[in-house]
Amino acid sequence: MENILNFISANKEIIYIVILMIFVGIEVIGRVPSVLHTPLMSGANAIHGVVVIGAIIIMGKAESDNYLALILGFLAVVLGTLNVVGGFVVTDRMLEMFKKKKG
Amino acid sequence: MGSHLLTICYLIGSITFIIGLKMLSNPASARKGNLLAAFGMGIAILGTIFLYTSETGEHLGNYHWIFGGLLLGGVVGTLAAKKVKMTAMPEMVSMFNGMGGACAALISVVEFNHLSKEIEEGIVNGGDVQPTVLIIVLGLIIGSVSFAGSMIAWGKLNGKVKDLSFTGQNILNLLVLAITLAAGAYLVYDPTQHLLLYAILGLSLIYGVFFVMPIGGADMPVVISLLNSFTGVAAACGGFLYDNKVMLTGGILVGAAGTLLTILMCKAMNRSLANVLIGSFGGNKSGGPAGDKDQGHYKEISLSDAAMVMSYANKVMIVPGYGLAVAQAQHVCHELEKILEEKGVEVKYAIHPVAGRMPGHMNVLLAEADVPYEKLLEMEQANDEFKNCDVVLILGANDVVNPAAKNDATSPIYGMPILEVEFAKTVIVNKRSMKPGYAGIENDLFFQPKTSMLFGDAKKVLQDICAEVKSV
Repeated sequence: MENILNFISANKEIIYIVILMIFVGIEVIGRVPSVLHTPLMSGANAIHGVVVIGAIIIMGKAESDNYLALILGFLAVVLGTLNVVGGFVVTDRMLEMFKKKKG
Repeated sequence: MGSHLLTICYLIGSITFIIGLKMLSNPASARKGNLLAAFGMGIAILGTIFLYTSETGEHLGNYHWIFGGLLLGGVVGTLAAKKVKMTAMPEMVSMFNGMGGACAALISVVEFNHLSKEIEEGIVNGGDVQPTVLIIVLGLIIGSVSFAGSMIAWGKLNGKVKDLSFTGQNILNLLVLAITLAAGAYLVYDPTQHLLLYAILGLSLIYGVFFVMPIGGADMPVVISLLNSFTGVAAACGGFLYDNKVMLTGGILVGAAGTLLTILMCKAMNRSLANVLIGSFGGNKSGGPAGDKDQGHYKEISLSDAAMVMSYANKVMIVPGYGLAVAQAQHVCHELEKILEEKGVEVKYAIHPVAGRMPGHMNVLLAEADVPYEKLLEMEQANDEFKNCDVVLILGANDVVNPAAKNDATSPIYGMPILEVEFAKTVIVNKRSMKPGYAGIENDLFFQPKTSMLFGDAKKVLQDICAEVKSV
């Protein structure tokens, strides 16, 4: 229990960020028209690809004889990049079509 | 200096994510918003690679591995995203989402191994790292569920995985979840039990499969959106772990926005999230409410008659559905629209918000064929217009025009707003067969006296109609 309390006060900054971000996330997309649901989902999907940064850090810190970290880290970098790059490109392709119809 | 620059990179990343997401929710700025977020992501990633320093001040190593991974993932991701057909985009999103979840799960595995080595060597005390283990376990469970669930959703959307439900399934699912969480809690309590981590990994994957398995294919967009927000939370766990603000903000932002988006999607179908997750809509529950009712007979219409009726109409409303997308008939549909307009027929499209397999699917599809924006009517507008229409041409849509949603309180889609096509003078329905739509229920519309059926693949049928209309 004390651990948890210590953890909360040691990370109060992070906890504030989490709470504020929850509200920002809800506020930001509050009035999205239904035609944009799918592109928005896809765009958000690309944004959570930010997890690749964690994979990069693992990879970069791994000692050269730690094969588990190297292999899993490499795999994580590849998968995370797929998420980021594929996500943004697919979203762009969806939105490209929205733009065309206005012109 | 480097670490200050990195802080600024992360700040730029976080801000572009928020503004990008905001811009994505408005049609005029959506594309720029996506590019802005991508730009911020690029800055954050490059910043991490070149500026990140550990507590001991060391830079990252293994650059060849990192760049190799980035290159491989980048090339494969771009190619996959560029090559994918419009109809397959939702499953592509699901696939990418799964990759993100897997990435988060792998991070947890590696970090836990690192940690348990430190515990063994006595560098850290097992009791002190409990909060860290908690975060690792959470990231592992959420990431794995998201990965396995997304893969199943992907399989369902491209028809490789069939719906599977049996009695007691919900109880079994809850049981698996409870065991997973209990195992997770025990590992947090006693971090030295490092083999337990793999048990949790396995259980979470199983739960992910079980979670999505019984949910009908028609509900996959909602499920993908939910899993999307899961992956967001898993990414945020990574942010906690590394005290990395951009991962944290990005992850939580997507977690919150994704959850709201999921709820909004459910609302567009006039259903609750709980109903989607444990309800049977779209599942293979046999014996629909209309099953025992005498349906009467439907009548067919020939191609030339259909062409004739439309050529002499004043106003034609086209209702596109999944059938149009599957047949890739959007171009020939636009062609028909142009030919009819040349003959002085007014042609509009009625777009149901959930027609097709994803919200906005039809807009995207018709935009691809250069159908002008003004011709697409939203549901409310279209419903006002149907009474002035001579002909409604339904192309592969079914559940979104099913009057049971209004009339039959026992129907699983009761309450969903529909396109009220029956107010038009004539309804022509193009379908491949009399098979029920995705919700698995009969459609009374097809048996009404106003309605005539025109069986066949949408593209083929439309091509033939175009030819017929030209010769009228």
